[in-house]
Amino acid sequence: MEHYNMNLTLKVWKQKNSKAGGSFETYQVKNISSEMSFLEMFDVLNEQLITEGKDPIAFDHDCREGICGACSMYIDGRAHGPWTKNTVCQLHMRAFKDGDTIVVEPWRAAAFPVIKDLMVDRGAFDRIMQAGGFISVNTGNAVDANALPIDKKNADTAFDAASCIGCGACVAACKNSSAMLFVSAKVSQLALLPQGQPERESRVLNMVAQMDKEGFGNCTNTYACEAECPKGISVSNIARMNREYLKAGLTTEQ
Amino acid sequence: MGLTGLFLIVFLIVHVGVNSCIFVNDGGETFNKAAHFMSHNWILRIMEIGLFAGLLLHIIQGLILWRQNASARPVKYSVNAANANSKWYSRSMGLLGTLLLFFLVIHVSKFFIDTKIALYADGGAHDASHNLYNAMKEEFQTWWVVVIYVLGVISLFWHLLHGFQSAFQTIGINHKRYTPIIKAIGIGYTIIVCLLFALMPISFYLGWID
Repeated sequence: MEHYNMNLTLKVWKQKNSKAGGSFETYQVKNISSEMSFLEMFDVLNEQLITEGKDPIAFDHDCREGICGACSMYIDGRAHGPWTKNTVCQLHMRAFKDGDTIVVEPWRAAAFPVIKDLMVDRGAFDRIMQAGGFISVNTGNAVDANALPIDKKNADTAFDAASCIGCGACVAACKNSSAMLFVSAKVSQLALLPQGQPERESRVLNMVAQMDKEGFGNCTNTYACEAECPKGISVSNIARMNREYLKAGLTTEQ
Repeated sequence: MGLTGLFLIVFLIVHVGVNSCIFVNDGGETFNKAAHFMSHNWILRIMEIGLFAGLLLHIIQGLILWRQNASARPVKYSVNAANANSKWYSRSMGLLGTLLLFFLVIHVSKFFIDTKIALYADGGAHDASHNLYNAMKEEFQTWWVVVIYVLGVISLFWHLLHGFQSAFQTIGINHKRYTPIIKAIGIGYTIIVCLLFALMPISFYLGWID
């Protein structure tokens, strides 16, 4: 692929804190390499802003190798930008052309309040996990790795669900700001494995209850979440969670 | 939403089946017999109450979803490329459902209420002379009634195209082998039901049946 440089116009959401109203600011960046990642382009912009004595843009980032899910940017109307199964740090500038105008917004959901600019508070996900995303483990010696027989198919399906990085792109892309794909991935991962059985029923009931309490919307099966998920988590997990929820609701006294 | 939707999907099979008797083209004899059975059999009369309850529940569930989902995103995106990740009709179920509700108000006031009046007013004195087939034929001579009906069926088409397969996902059925079959049946069902419904006013208007 041929390397090229580009000049870009960026329209970025600036917001002081969760209470203040925000607005778009327009910035110009020059000589951006097509081999840069989108976040590196933001680093260049922020250095430029600091040199000019202006307020740099606050954005979440951590691993910069596509596995942490910190980078929460809604770029040109898509969660994590135009590429599929991708995070912002792995979105390269070759996705854009010289002279492009790029609009960057934070995740927008009542359950994800903006902390500053492009940073949102995803604590709602943590509280959902605390409500049931765990297993009971007895203390004592570590169990032998292969002591528990697990069906290969279930192990694979659980692993697919476990590849969720909790980035929140599903919520961001969903027209209802529903967290069903995230919650169903976590419920599925544990419901499929023997270690998850003791809390199987209470888990799904508690996690769904917490999800509703956080103010996420409802699932209407548009499947935008699956299309925008950087890890390609399947909506079949949502069906599994619906099954688990129905079963748990009918069979437990909780 | 899924359960009530499936219930209404089953009702539509009955509705389109009975109404398709008009295509026998025997001056409405078969159709009027079927319609008479539908409005006089007491089991069906009880089921009719269930149908309205199901429809009402479907509408109430839809309104609750709409209200909760509207508050889940107070600040909207200024740029949103929703077509890149989902189908427009899957995102427009509320709008399509509202259009269908408007259509249903017109539809019920045109045929259902007249039938009920004939059944109950003056101790059922007009029941024997009530001819639903002729009422249909008469209504569908007006071009704008035909247009309203065709638009209603178009709303139904998109609503069902998403709703059929979505109902199964909601009740937890998503299977590598069976989901593609369910989706195919859903598309087939939607096309057949909507085509038959749309053909009814069009056939009367163009004089294909009389």
